[in-house]
Amino acid sequence: MQEITKLTIAEALQGLKNKNFTAVELTEAYLKNMAQGKKYNAYITECADVALAQAKIADQNYAVGKARALEGIPLGIKDLFCTKNIRTTAASHILDNFVPPYESTVTQHLLDDGVVFLGKLNLDEFAMGGSNETSYFGPVINPWSKDKLLVPGGSSGGSAAAVAAHLCAGSTGTDTGGSIREPAAFCGVTGIKPTYGRCSRYGIVAFASSLDQAGPIAQDVRDCAVLLNSMAGFDEKDSTSCNLPVPDYTSFLEQDIKGLVIGLPKEYRPNGLNTEIAAYWDKAAEMLKARGAIIKEISLPHTKYALATYYVLAPAEASSNLARYDGIRYGYRAKAEGEHLDELYIRTRTEGFGKEVKRRIMIGTYVLSAGYYDAYYLKAQKMRRLIRDDFMEAFKQCDIILTPTSPITAFPIGDESMLQNPINMYLNDVFTVSVNLAGLPAMSLPIGLAQNGLPLGMQLIGKPFDEGTIFKTAAAIEADAKFERI
Amino acid sequence: MAIDNETVKRVAFLSRLRVENDKVDATKEEFNKILTWIEELNEVNTDNVEALISVNDLSLRTRPDEVTAGHCRTEILKNAPAAEYDYFAVPKVVE
Repeated sequence: MQEITKLTIAEALQGLKNKNFTAVELTEAYLKNMAQGKKYNAYITECADVALAQAKIADQNYAVGKARALEGIPLGIKDLFCTKNIRTTAASHILDNFVPPYESTVTQHLLDDGVVFLGKLNLDEFAMGGSNETSYFGPVINPWSKDKLLVPGGSSGGSAAAVAAHLCAGSTGTDTGGSIREPAAFCGVTGIKPTYGRCSRYGIVAFASSLDQAGPIAQDVRDCAVLLNSMAGFDEKDSTSCNLPVPDYTSFLEQDIKGLVIGLPKEYRPNGLNTEIAAYWDKAAEMLKARGAIIKEISLPHTKYALATYYVLAPAEASSNLARYDGIRYGYRAKAEGEHLDELYIRTRTEGFGKEVKRRIMIGTYVLSAGYYDAYYLKAQKMRRLIRDDFMEAFKQCDIILTPTSPITAFPIGDESMLQNPINMYLNDVFTVSVNLAGLPAMSLPIGLAQNGLPLGMQLIGKPFDEGTIFKTAAAIEADAKFERI
Repeated sequence: MAIDNETVKRVAFLSRLRVENDKVDATKEEFNKILTWIEELNEVNTDNVEALISVNDLSLRTRPDEVTAGHCRTEILKNAPAAEYDYFAVPKVVE
């Protein structure tokens, strides 16, 4: 591994400013890591030419003292963000030849701040999955794998694995039910899903529009703050984007947490919760208490129903969003000459989508269909309000909520129980989906290693648009946990 | 509300997806497993609860109906599976 790729983004920016190395040298170092790290299958598309051209411009800007906020920082982009003239697949056969003629707002913000794009990162097909195994381009390998090959988590599996293995300095992810936080936890890196409306969804391939949010994955809390500073902000092109000022998230990192009230939801400690995870949870609470925070038990009574609610709403929205893939205007088209037009649609979609995507489209279609809408979809929307109200009540008693990120560590690729029964896979999202249903910001950061040598993550959930409190609390845990990255 | 084979076929058609005849039973069973799990929501009385449609309390903004990005026919057609005479081309369909 190239030494300079071990630097955090904040350190690399300092190194570039001090002329310790150039942006081209930094980019070439990552490209070398990527060549050596092909076994992880983290990238779907690499774009070395684009990267080197951007790095040259970055060096020119440093030379004339006009460096932008992220000038010359090499990033990987989840292949769900449309990138102008760079293939964008959503890890699906149905989009495997799609080259967007436009740029997503989030990646445009990053480009405007001077980043370098190394390539497009692997994910679960259309971000539907928790293990990166539903990708048309094959699974990503978790860099923490030892004897058995392990999943990186999903859906932003490539984004988390690439940061852990130093195949990029930081990455973008998206999170609909835990897709930034779960892979961050499995790969021992840090990721934040901001408040719904904080980052524009314009140009991100849609999965479930009322739940999807973009966010960064990086080596540490500070790097997440640096990246989110660039990614966040109002956008006219997204009708759900919020027109609120974006604070400098790095300004929260050194802030005192004395007197901060930390809520621990009792429903997140069910009988049978992994004892190691429970112990680390207690330890994280102790760390905060030692710094003067107040620990308080809270209740989120409808937690038990969050997963079922999510697995009605997310497929319903997905079935509607994915109706656009018909083989007419872009993407894959099946051969169907001289037949009924529906036959062209059916063949295209049946051949173009993978198994999990088809399962969710059909479940979503069913819960939205005449006669079942009220029983499933409307019911789930009502449950969603109860789940959000639980959080709003809890936040009257605490400033931030601390929970584990996932009930397990990374599991082997091809795990039978997960593949045989989709519900077993869905259960991994038990600690993360409520946050999306409620639209709240939440971060996962590594807390330590389990007995099996694999990373465990802690989750911090904040009030709407209060990412700042998450950053200062996370920075405190990070300083005390002293987690050793790869 | 267990679903039957006819419902599987109907939902597949509404989804514009094909479920092969020998997969209908397996699909039905899988769906019933998921739907039974989802029906645990019925344990909660939601009679007086208003459906939550958007987490942000703000109402959706409106904007003038203006062309903001246009004149890009060539760029758009580059991604078409088939294009002729500056239009999307589709297979001949006889109905």
